[in-house]
Amino acid sequence: MPSLNMVLAQAMLGLNVGIFYAMLSLGLAVIFGLLGVINFAHGAFYMLGAFLALIGYSYLSVWLGIDGFGFGFWAALIIVPIVVAIIGMIIERLLLRRLYGQDPIYGLLLTFGVALIMQGLFTNYFSVAGTPYPGKPESLGGAINLGFMYFPTYRLFSIVLSIVVCLATWFVIERTRLGSTLRAGVENPQLTQAFGINVPRMITLTFGFGVGLAGLAGVLAAPIYSVSPLMGADLIVVVFAVVVIGGMGSIMGAIVTGLALGLIQGLTKVVYPPAANTVIFFIMVAVLLIRPAGLFGKHEKG
Amino acid sequence: MPEIAHQPRLAIENLQAWYGESHVLHGIDLEVHDGEVVTLLGRNGAGRTTTLKSILGLVGKRSGSIRLDGQEVIAEPTHRIAHIGALGYCPEERGIYARLSVDENLRLPPQLTAQGMSADEIYTMFPNLAERRRSLGGQLSGGEQQMLAIGRILRTGARLLLLDEITEGLAPVIVQALGKTIRDLKARGLTIVLVEQNFHFAEGLADRHYVIEHGRVAEVFQAEDIATGRDRLNAYLSV
Amino acid sequence: MMNRLLWIALIFIGIAAPWLVYPVLAMKLACFALFACAFNLLLGYTGLLSFGHAAFFGGAAYITAYVIKVWELSPIAGIVLGTLFAGVLGAAFGALAIRRHGIYFAMVTLALAQIIYFLALQLPFTGGENGLQGVPRGTALGVINLDDPIQMYFFVFAIFLLGFAAIWRVVNSPFGKVLTAIRENEDRARSLGYAVERYKLIAFTLSAALAGTAGATKTLVFQFASLTDVHWQMSGAVILMTLLGGMGTLFGPVIGAIIVVALQTQLSGMGSWVEVCIGAIFVVCVLVFRQGVIGELGRWFGQSRSRKRKQAAGE
Repeated sequence: MPSLNMVLAQAMLGLNVGIFYAMLSLGLAVIFGLLGVINFAHGAFYMLGAFLALIGYSYLSVWLGIDGFGFGFWAALIIVPIVVAIIGMIIERLLLRRLYGQDPIYGLLLTFGVALIMQGLFTNYFSVAGTPYPGKPESLGGAINLGFMYFPTYRLFSIVLSIVVCLATWFVIERTRLGSTLRAGVENPQLTQAFGINVPRMITLTFGFGVGLAGLAGVLAAPIYSVSPLMGADLIVVVFAVVVIGGMGSIMGAIVTGLALGLIQGLTKVVYPPAANTVIFFIMVAVLLIRPAGLFGKHEKG
Repeated sequence: MPEIAHQPRLAIENLQAWYGESHVLHGIDLEVHDGEVVTLLGRNGAGRTTTLKSILGLVGKRSGSIRLDGQEVIAEPTHRIAHIGALGYCPEERGIYARLSVDENLRLPPQLTAQGMSADEIYTMFPNLAERRRSLGGQLSGGEQQMLAIGRILRTGARLLLLDEITEGLAPVIVQALGKTIRDLKARGLTIVLVEQNFHFAEGLADRHYVIEHGRVAEVFQAEDIATGRDRLNAYLSV
Repeated sequence: MMNRLLWIALIFIGIAAPWLVYPVLAMKLACFALFACAFNLLLGYTGLLSFGHAAFFGGAAYITAYVIKVWELSPIAGIVLGTLFAGVLGAAFGALAIRRHGIYFAMVTLALAQIIYFLALQLPFTGGENGLQGVPRGTALGVINLDDPIQMYFFVFAIFLLGFAAIWRVVNSPFGKVLTAIRENEDRARSLGYAVERYKLIAFTLSAALAGTAGATKTLVFQFASLTDVHWQMSGAVILMTLLGGMGTLFGPVIGAIIVVALQTQLSGMGSWVEVCIGAIFVVCVLVFRQGVIGELGRWFGQSRSRKRKQAAGE
C-alpha cells in the first residue's frame, strides 16, 4: 500500500515530466495552428537544445581550441533557444515553405526525415546511452523540503520556469495585439495578408518560436536527464498522444493536458508501475472513443 | 499654372485570371480616379469578385496590368499591395474573424496612412459595435459584422476602398445607413470600388458603372446616362 | 504494357534471386517487399497514412516466434497465426484510428503502435531487450526443408507472390476501385452512397494482416523477433519504401523495399549515417520525387508513348 508521501513524491515528479509535455505540445500546437504542419522534428529540436547546452558547456572550448570559451547554464537558457529558433527558421524557409497548401501528411513526412537526419548526426558523435550535463548551477543544487519529500531545487526551478514560460506564451497569444495578429493568420491567412500583414514572415517567426520553446525545454531537461540523441524520439510520440487527447485548437488545453497527463503517469508509477509507459496511450484510446475531437478540441476537422 | 495629370488611383488593363484550370477573367479594363465611386455590376459569376481579388493578389494566376497610383502591382506579394495603394478591402463574406473580439477585429489591420479614424471615432459612428466590443466576431449579426468590416478599414486610413456586396442579406434600414456612410466617405474624398447586386443602392452613389459579363467589361455607363440606358442595363442584369 | 514488363521482371528476378545475391538477403527483400506492398494498399490506394504499421509487422513476428519456438507449431501454422493476430489487431486499431482524419489518423496509429512496442518490451514472454531468439525453421508441409537456403527462399518467395497476387486482385476489383475513389475524394464517395468507414476498416485490416504475414515470415528467415520489428523506425522505413518506390503503384513498393534494404545493407558499417541517409531521402522524396521510382518511370513511359503517337500522327 503506497504511502501518501510516495504518492505525493511521484506526483511531483510527474508534474516535472508533465511540464515538459506541456512545453512541447504547446510548441507543436502553435506550429500546427499557423502552419498546418505536424512537426515530427519537434522532439529532435528538443534534443538539439539539450546538446547545444552540453556542447556550450563541455565541448565548445575544446573544439575551437580556445580556452574557457563556452557558456554555462544561465547563458544557455538565452542562447540555445535563439540558436534553435534560427536553425528552425532556416529549415522552414528552405524546406517546409514549399509544402504550404498541400496535404499535411507531406509536412509530417518531411519533418520526419529532418528528425532522422538530426538524430542520425548526433548519434554518430555522441553516445546513445546518454552524456551527463555537468553544468547544473551550484545555486540550484540541493533539495528543498516540501514537507512530504525533499524535492531537488533544480527540478522545482525547471517546473516554475516552464510554467511561467507557458503562461507567458498563452498570454501573448490570447491577450495581446501580436497574438491577435497570429490568431487572425491562423483563421484566415488570405484576408490577413490582404490587410497588409506579412503572413509568410509571421509563419517563419512562429515556427522559430515553436521550436525555440522545444529547445528551451531541452536546456532545462539536460541537468535532469542525461543528454542522448534519442531523448527527443522517445518523447515526441508521447507528445503526439498528448496533443490528440487535448486537441490542438487550444493553447491552454495543450498546457493543461500536458501537465495532467504527466501527473497521471507519475501516479501510475506508484499504483501500477508496468503501465506507466503506456497509460497515456490508453487514455488516448479512451478519449478517441468518447470524444474524438479531443478534450479541448474545437472546430477542427479531426 | 498647368495641371499635372494625376495617375489614376487604380488602372487595370487586360486583366486575365485563372482559378486552377478555369479561365475566369478574359481581359478586364477599368480606371478609377481619385475621389471617384465606381461600381462593378453584373450577374453572379461574371467575375466581379474575382476582379477585386485579383487586385489584391488573392487569385491564383493572373496576367495583364494592375497599377495603383501608377505603380505596377501584379507581381507584388499580397501583403505589400494594401500598403502600396492604401487599399481597404471588405470581402463578400465580410471576413470577420470569429475567434477575435470585436475590438481585436477592429484594430487588426495595420495603419496605412495617417488619415485613419481612431477606434473611438469608429465606435461613435457605429454605437452597436461599441456596445459589443468584447464579444467575439462570430457572435455578431450580419449587419453588425458589416459595420465592423467597414469600420476596421476606415481605421487604417485606407484611401481606396474595395467593397464587395456590402448590402447583401441586410435589413433595409441598415442598407440605408450604409448608403449614408458611403456618401460620407465619398464626401471625404475616398475612392471607392463597389461590387453591388443591388443596383438601386449603387445608383445614387456612383459616378460610373462597369457592367461585367463573362469576365470582360461589357459596357460602361456614366451616372448621367443611366436614365437613357436603363433598358439595356436591365437586360445585362436580368437572370 | 509497362505493367506486363514489370510482372515478367518480377517473376524472373524473383526466381533468379538466390543466385544473384545471398539467399538470406533475397529472403529479406521478399519479406520487406511484401510489407511495403501491404502498406501501400492503405497509403497508396486508400489514401490513409498509418505511422504504426510496425505494430502489425513486429507483433506478428513475435507471435509467430513464440508459437513456433514454445508451442512447437509448424512454420505454416506459425505464419497463419501471426497473420491472424495482425489482422485482428489491425481491425481493432483501425476501428479506433478511423475515428480521426488526416494527420490525426497518422498520430493515433503511431501512439497505438507504441503500446505494442512497450508490451513487447515489458511482457514476460517476449524476451525484453533481447527479443525471442532461436526460432527453428523446421519443415513446411512435411517436405520443404526450410533449413536449406534455396528451399527456404522459394518458400518465402511463394508467400510473397501469394500476398502480392492478393493485393493485385484487391486493387483491380470493384472494392479496390472504391478505395481509390475514397482516396481521391472521400466526401464525394460518401455522397455516392458508399459506407466509407467500413471500406477504410476493411482496407486497414487487410493491410495489417498482410503486413503480419511479412513479419511472420521474416521471423522464420532470421529466426528471431526483436524490438526493432515493433519500433516506430520500422514504421518509418516502410513509409519510405512506399514513397520512394511509388505510392499507388503496384510494383513501386517492391522497388522501394529493394532500394531501402540494399541501402541499409551497404551502409551497415557506417553506423548512424544510414539514418541520416534515410532521412535525407525522405526529405528529397517529399520535395521533388513524390511519384517515386515507378511513378516517374510510368510518367516517362506515358510521355514517350504519347510523343511517339504524336509523331506518327504528324506524319
